[in-house]
Amino acid sequence: MTAVSESNAASAARAVPDRLASALKDAGFAALVMLGLCFPLVTLRTEPDDHGRLALTPRFGLTAIMCAAVFLARLGYLTLWGKQARAARQPQTRGEVIKTVAAPRYTLTSVGLPIALGFAVAYPVLMTFVNGGLSEARYWIDLGILVLTYVMLGWGLNIVVGLAGLLDLGYVAFYAVGAYTYAILATTFHLSFWLCLPLAGLLACTWGVLLGFPVLRLRGDYLAIVTLAFGEIIRMVLINWVDVTNGGAGIASIPRASFFGIPFNDDDNGFAATFGLEFSPMHRIVFLFYLILALASLTSLVTTRLRKLPVGRAWEALREDEIACRSLGINTTTTKLTAFATGAMFGGFAGSFFAVRQGFVSPESFNFLESAIILAIVVLGGMGSQIGIVIAAVVMIAGPEMLRNLGFLKAIFGDNFDPNEYRLLIFGLAMVVMMILRPRGLVSTREPTVFLKERKTISSDLVKEGHG
Amino acid sequence: MAVFTQQLINGLTLGAIYGLIAIGYTMVFGIIGMVNFAHGDVFMVSAFIALITFVLLTTVLGIGSIALALLIVLVVGMLLTSLWGWAIERVAYRPLRGTFRLAPLISAIGVSIFLSNFVQVIQGARNKPTAPMIRDVIVLFERDGYTVALAYKQLMIMVVTAVLLAIFWYVVQKTPLGRAQRACEQDQKMAALLGVDVDRTISLTFVMGAALAAVAGVMYLVYYGVVSFSDGFVPGVKAFTAAVLGGIGSLPGAVLGGLVIGLIETMWSAYFSIEYKDVAAFSILAITLIFMPQGLLGKPDVEKV
Repeated sequence: MTAVSESNAASAARAVPDRLASALKDAGFAALVMLGLCFPLVTLRTEPDDHGRLALTPRFGLTAIMCAAVFLARLGYLTLWGKQARAARQPQTRGEVIKTVAAPRYTLTSVGLPIALGFAVAYPVLMTFVNGGLSEARYWIDLGILVLTYVMLGWGLNIVVGLAGLLDLGYVAFYAVGAYTYAILATTFHLSFWLCLPLAGLLACTWGVLLGFPVLRLRGDYLAIVTLAFGEIIRMVLINWVDVTNGGAGIASIPRASFFGIPFNDDDNGFAATFGLEFSPMHRIVFLFYLILALASLTSLVTTRLRKLPVGRAWEALREDEIACRSLGINTTTTKLTAFATGAMFGGFAGSFFAVRQGFVSPESFNFLESAIILAIVVLGGMGSQIGIVIAAVVMIAGPEMLRNLGFLKAIFGDNFDPNEYRLLIFGLAMVVMMILRPRGLVSTREPTVFLKERKTISSDLVKEGHG
Repeated sequence: MAVFTQQLINGLTLGAIYGLIAIGYTMVFGIIGMVNFAHGDVFMVSAFIALITFVLLTTVLGIGSIALALLIVLVVGMLLTSLWGWAIERVAYRPLRGTFRLAPLISAIGVSIFLSNFVQVIQGARNKPTAPMIRDVIVLFERDGYTVALAYKQLMIMVVTAVLLAIFWYVVQKTPLGRAQRACEQDQKMAALLGVDVDRTISLTFVMGAALAAVAGVMYLVYYGVVSFSDGFVPGVKAFTAAVLGGIGSLPGAVLGGLVIGLIETMWSAYFSIEYKDVAAFSILAITLIFMPQGLLGKPDVEKV
């Protein structure tokens, strides 16, 4: 007995240096790979010199730092968190028991959404107090508008990607349709924003149906690529159809939003005079903030209600298993089409809000990257989770802005440090890391909308994605 | 006729480059059924590696012979880009095998965004022009005051493409590695049971795809003489179009598709409008996928339950 346990202890003691040695070897290898990746891309920077010829600037220090960082990260991962380390800590279990637990009455979404809404409603007031004045709070309210726009776009795309499970890489096309609808109608026909908003939604919706009809028979990744192609086609048409869209120069001086017909200016019939307030350009900003909040809330409300209707249930069934859906008599084409069209409509709404807020639209605002950012928000938020998308939008949009304000980062990286340069780099990394660590996103539990007797949450690991 | 012949030469050159990139898409899709969205950016990275190596060789190390420099650039570019391909597969795709279907695609989009912005941050956002490396042309014939010429660089691109395709064709058809690849393509589980190292085979597929993308990158640099961090996206989508058009999963199909896309693009620019040339390529992609998803040389896809 004792001999056995002694030998076990001895082997365990031997195992530790062995493990460390293998981890060191592995980390060394990773650093070597990193060196190969860095040379010559990082080590030598090319810049055109005075004669227009390329000159090389060596950067050995940066290369060394990056390789060392990879070495340390890999070593840390292997010794503290890797498979071997975990295996050494706990005995291996075989097979997993499928557990379903009764869902708590209050879920993250049901509690989080009202809190988020309450915070958003109070946000301009809060910022005014914190910054000591309405005008001083402009930066923060603008940031709030930006974040809310992405929340709305995320919720719109969520209908397509999160609920129906159709990967759409060209969502920005509908955003563009909405924006250009308002821009063109308002500048040429002088229609008001409130008339253009439903029109923009309708047009985007029509485009969704038109584009969706031929492509929705395709499988998941093919669908993704075709939607990407459509997004790019729309952008190129916007650039090249100069007569209507004014080409790459874009459409400028689009009429600003009015308070249901009352303009935000310092005239006698302006907003401030009508309500007996002192004129401030901030009134318009605050109004825009509440406008996008209302639009976003509408999106969320419609989505939650739709999930309870047969069409919403069909979407989710489609996401889980298309073949099963077909065998149960669900018309997959119309189901996909409604999801596509509904998502597109909200994209159109958001687009015309974008146009009225900016007062200027150009094709450059609607490139593939924008689609990818919205998709990243939906994916990071956990495909189908409403509150997850809010969190993801705040992190992804407001996060880099916040980094810019941190003084100590400048102290470390030098005065030229601009976190916005690294924003997309971090986006890309975050998408990869997120897929590896939590492929189901930040908020990943699936709550069934239909249930027998008692609502149960299913751990998302157990849910298999269908063949969308 | 003269204009047409010239455009034919230009189109075939461009098509050769697209074909080389398309092979990377088609091989990866054939073996793991995934659209490697980052492949276009791997191509862009390879063009940058080639550019920097070329400048290093000619200005710092003082190699006078362009031919020798280009040969070294080709070898170095292929090696280093293969390393990128390998590392990307290892870090971003392998952990996702067996998760839900869209995960690898989303991860690939992440890698694509990462790569183009990484190069932007690390090398700057400006275009990187080089002096023309090969200037000479062969005048084929002259008619109605229009000279039809075959530039040496075009000839080189076609020859290098043909030679490398032959080599890779041999590897896939005749070597144990190619056999393992084709086995994995048909049935991964069965291949694993019969002793094929599936992980290694997939890694090598990515390495081969990246190496061919590197060849394309060097050729692109020689042909256009300028690269920028955003050059990966559009050639990437066009090469993917080529792979789909030729029938995804089929190697000769990828090359054929590349040539067709290259020809259509140059002819479209010459005879219709240069502004809409990308629209033409994207429309072909959509039309092929909708009406002819199996492509020119592909096999029809049977949906398994």
